[in-house]
Amino acid sequence: MIRWLKPLVVVFALVPLAWVAWAFAHDRLGANPIRETEIQTGLWTLRFLAITLSISPARRATGWNWLIKYRRMLGLLTFFYATVHLSMWAGVDWFFAWGDMWHEVVKHKYILVGMTTFVLLAPLALTSTKGWVRRLGGKRWAALHRLIYVAAITGTVHYLWAVKKDTFFPLVYLAVFALLLGYRVIDARRKPFRVPPRRSSASVAA
Amino acid sequence: MLIRKPDDIASSEITPESAYMDRRRFIATAGMAAAGLAGAGALSSAAACTRDDRPTVKISGGDVATQQDKLNTFEQITTYNNYYEFGTDKEDPSENATRFRTHPWTVKVDGLVKKPGDYALEDLVKPFKVEERIYRLRCVEAWSMVIPWQGIPLKDMITRFEPLPSAKFVQFTTLLAPDQMPGQRRPILPWPYVEGLRMDEATNPLTLMATGLYGRPLPNQNGAPIRLIVPWKYGFKGIKAIVRMSFVDRQPMNTWQIANPDEYGFYANVNPTVDHPRWTQASERRIGEFRRRPTLMFNGYAEQVAHMYAGMDLRKNF
Repeated sequence: MIRWLKPLVVVFALVPLAWVAWAFAHDRLGANPIRETEIQTGLWTLRFLAITLSISPARRATGWNWLIKYRRMLGLLTFFYATVHLSMWAGVDWFFAWGDMWHEVVKHKYILVGMTTFVLLAPLALTSTKGWVRRLGGKRWAALHRLIYVAAITGTVHYLWAVKKDTFFPLVYLAVFALLLGYRVIDARRKPFRVPPRRSSASVAA
Repeated sequence: MLIRKPDDIASSEITPESAYMDRRRFIATAGMAAAGLAGAGALSSAAACTRDDRPTVKISGGDVATQQDKLNTFEQITTYNNYYEFGTDKEDPSENATRFRTHPWTVKVDGLVKKPGDYALEDLVKPFKVEERIYRLRCVEAWSMVIPWQGIPLKDMITRFEPLPSAKFVQFTTLLAPDQMPGQRRPILPWPYVEGLRMDEATNPLTLMATGLYGRPLPNQNGAPIRLIVPWKYGFKGIKAIVRMSFVDRQPMNTWQIANPDEYGFYANVNPTVDHPRWTQASERRIGEFRRRPTLMFNGYAEQVAHMYAGMDLRKNF
């Protein structure tokens, strides 16, 4: 694929964060900017998670194997947004009040499930390199990285339990993840995935 | 309890310019509304100015709190609203309520009273002196603001209707008008919005029927033309756009309790020791401030209201 496409995707992926940071600095996030930043970074975490989970089905549907090269980067972007989201909560909202935060994790299930999501994503980010695939062996690595499916569920439940009453958008995300995960369930029953033959018409510069 | 009237206030205590968006406009509006307002341009406020350019204010009727309370800006108060009749995002009411018709407006008073009737809003408020009240408003979502309301003590209004001894509760209802209130087209809450107070809560000196804000008529997104303010309770008790007041002998089922009885009750007293099932109530975000604040029992009005709940289990009656 085109050499500069990867860096370009990263740049575009960071635009939401740049916008939130700019809006925060210029007091354009409304009357409760801390809460709004938590909401926006949380939503982008879920969105990048959905995009990451769309790579394999898209690759299957289109035969574009080069898509797989972007999956790790998108996964790491997901974790990056999750880290910003958690940092806002811990560092700005709660200002590192560890006792109060622990109380939140233990007593309030939507925080517990949010923290669980982060804890599930962290090892995936840490073992995302080729070195780790070799160290763990392909099978074990693949098994570990199936935790992303659990993270997608816990992340959406965190969102669902965080809203006061209007569950419309959390349920939309739930439906999207149900489709992305459901696809894999169906696919697992079919023949094992095989790399489709290279299309001769595709003139691809590395 | 200190409700400051114009004569008591030294010129040094007149609210400085920085506390209002536009002082000239305020004075002009106040001049026009002079017939209804207790004192144009006179607000009860502490003289102390801190490094923050906003002065601290004295909360009307509140405990002498050790923490400093500052007025929130008109912008904050009118663009961050929970008013699901106009949408569920915080900016929705200010965006969607611009053409809401608040005139003519009728409030039906019925039930166990000697003087029921359909009162035009002007007739409802005319006999009373509009007062200035600076109150904390604490939302159940754990954010809060300090707001300069103008309104009529509900106690005075109730006296006029002459409730019967059998009347134990007052029930309020909001307008049902999906053509004007887009949020009512979805069953996000069981419309119309209903709230209620026990008679002693309704006649407490703090309870206010608000008709104005920052010296101006209530903006639509804040509950125009008339709404309830019960400062020691969570904000959802402050029902907006009231069209009916019924005096009843049974505790009303308020809307948020119907919507989610495990999370929202009838009393809804601000209580840092009783968490919401999903989040803590021990602290809050004061809009405009960077650090969280500890939440005060009864929102800092314990001296005026705690006696009404003596002996009650507030964990059960949340």
